[in-house]
Amino acid sequence: MADASYPDDLLYHAEHDWARIDPEDPSLATLGITWYAQDSLGEVVFFDLPDVGAQIKKDEPYAEVESVKAVSDVIAPLSGEIVEVNGALADGPQAINEDPYGDGWLVKVRLAEPGEREALMDAGAYAATLG
Amino acid sequence: MPRTLRRTALYDAHLAAGAKMVDFAGWEMPVQYEGVGAEHRAVRDGCGVFDVSHMGEIETSGPQALALLQRLLSNDVARIALDLDGGGAQYSVLCREDGGVLDDLFTYRIEADRYLTVTNAANHERDLEWFLAHAADFPEAEVRDRIDEYAMLAVQGPRARGIVQAVSDAPLPARMRAAGRRLAGAQALVCGTGYTGEDGVEILCAPEHAGVLWEELVRRGAAPAGLAARDTLRMEVCFHLYGNDLTLERGPIEAGLGWCCKEQTGFVGADAVSAVREAGPAEKLVAFEIDGPGIARQGNPIAGGGEVSSGTMSPSLGVGIGMAYVPAERAAVGSALEIDVRGKMRRAVVKQKPLYRKGP
Repeated sequence: MADASYPDDLLYHAEHDWARIDPEDPSLATLGITWYAQDSLGEVVFFDLPDVGAQIKKDEPYAEVESVKAVSDVIAPLSGEIVEVNGALADGPQAINEDPYGDGWLVKVRLAEPGEREALMDAGAYAATLG
Repeated sequence: MPRTLRRTALYDAHLAAGAKMVDFAGWEMPVQYEGVGAEHRAVRDGCGVFDVSHMGEIETSGPQALALLQRLLSNDVARIALDLDGGGAQYSVLCREDGGVLDDLFTYRIEADRYLTVTNAANHERDLEWFLAHAADFPEAEVRDRIDEYAMLAVQGPRARGIVQAVSDAPLPARMRAAGRRLAGAQALVCGTGYTGEDGVEILCAPEHAGVLWEELVRRGAAPAGLAARDTLRMEVCFHLYGNDLTLERGPIEAGLGWCCKEQTGFVGADAVSAVREAGPAEKLVAFEIDGPGIARQGNPIAGGGEVSSGTMSPSLGVGIGMAYVPAERAAVGSALEIDVRGKMRRAVVKQKPLYRKGP
């Protein structure tokens, strides 16, 4: 994706992650990394899929994403249990660069503490942190 | 305290080409432009141009230039040829007395008693001090720092020679040869060397001429390529990177560079190198491919001893590759390795070098 974008329907974490709360089921969220994160990383060449069933905790790393040059932790914006992983990333991790808010989603999580979302930022506030 | 990074003569050209700049050994250098994958492929399939002006140059001249270089460099410097159309190029390492590697270097003979040695940016000052310290024993040899007088471009890929030839006043020197040419109207030293496993040349020219030359080469189809692609390209063909695969802690025999060490020349460290060669090294630098997913990185430990010195995802092969120091008994091609990649054990196999070879 060539140009920076921060969709309004997402919640953002300062460590450059997003969460999309399922409109039908507010205890379910899809997580990914932001345009800024993928642009800083450069071309993603490997995403090590976490295990379904794993518990993740807000503000702590739950996965790793690797570009040619470096490996970076992915920080959980919310706590919960991983119920689905984006298996397509095993063979096509470049989706994280090409479509970070769509095909490049990372995991779906059953939220443990839905109230945690109050601590996340909206698109405007997140974009403001990027200067 | 803010650190002042040095900039090459091509800094503005990099920004104009959309480069992402990073600190590399005290220099502000382009790590990538369009993207490392595209730049890597441009070099494998066509032509890429790299600004490597951060690399240093040391000129050694005078009647004792050869004797001094023979003392310093591991290779047999007397074998660098010179004829009417330029001189030879030679790879060597610079060793301490204990055989530890200070740097790896290309030396070009530019006149009968005049040699230019290209250093790694991070090592330039230390190399220069080392050269000057030993020059005290050779009063008829003069050592001069030339880092400010040269910009350096590497033009690499199957189309590289054609593109450079089009702006040259005479045929380009062959592989492992160097000669003065006029390129795009100004004098340059053109060297048939590189760091990518592709054909091509490296060009040393005055910094004030680098911009014009860069523009001419890009206009004729050379793709600007950054340090990230330079690293993936060199790793696929198993060229050493100082600081990763070469360090003070290990010698050239361990690194598989015995071929460029001619101990009979009596270079500093020759005795130590000779002893390791005779006894056989305890560790060897091997190339590996990861068997399955994952990418090993520098410093990842290997089960049973040893560690990864360089690692990346190979754009050409589509697998994790790298080089590692392993106990000599496990260095044979085909040996299985278990690499601890941040707590996950990844299986890898020792492979023949180079890891990447051009198809027929």
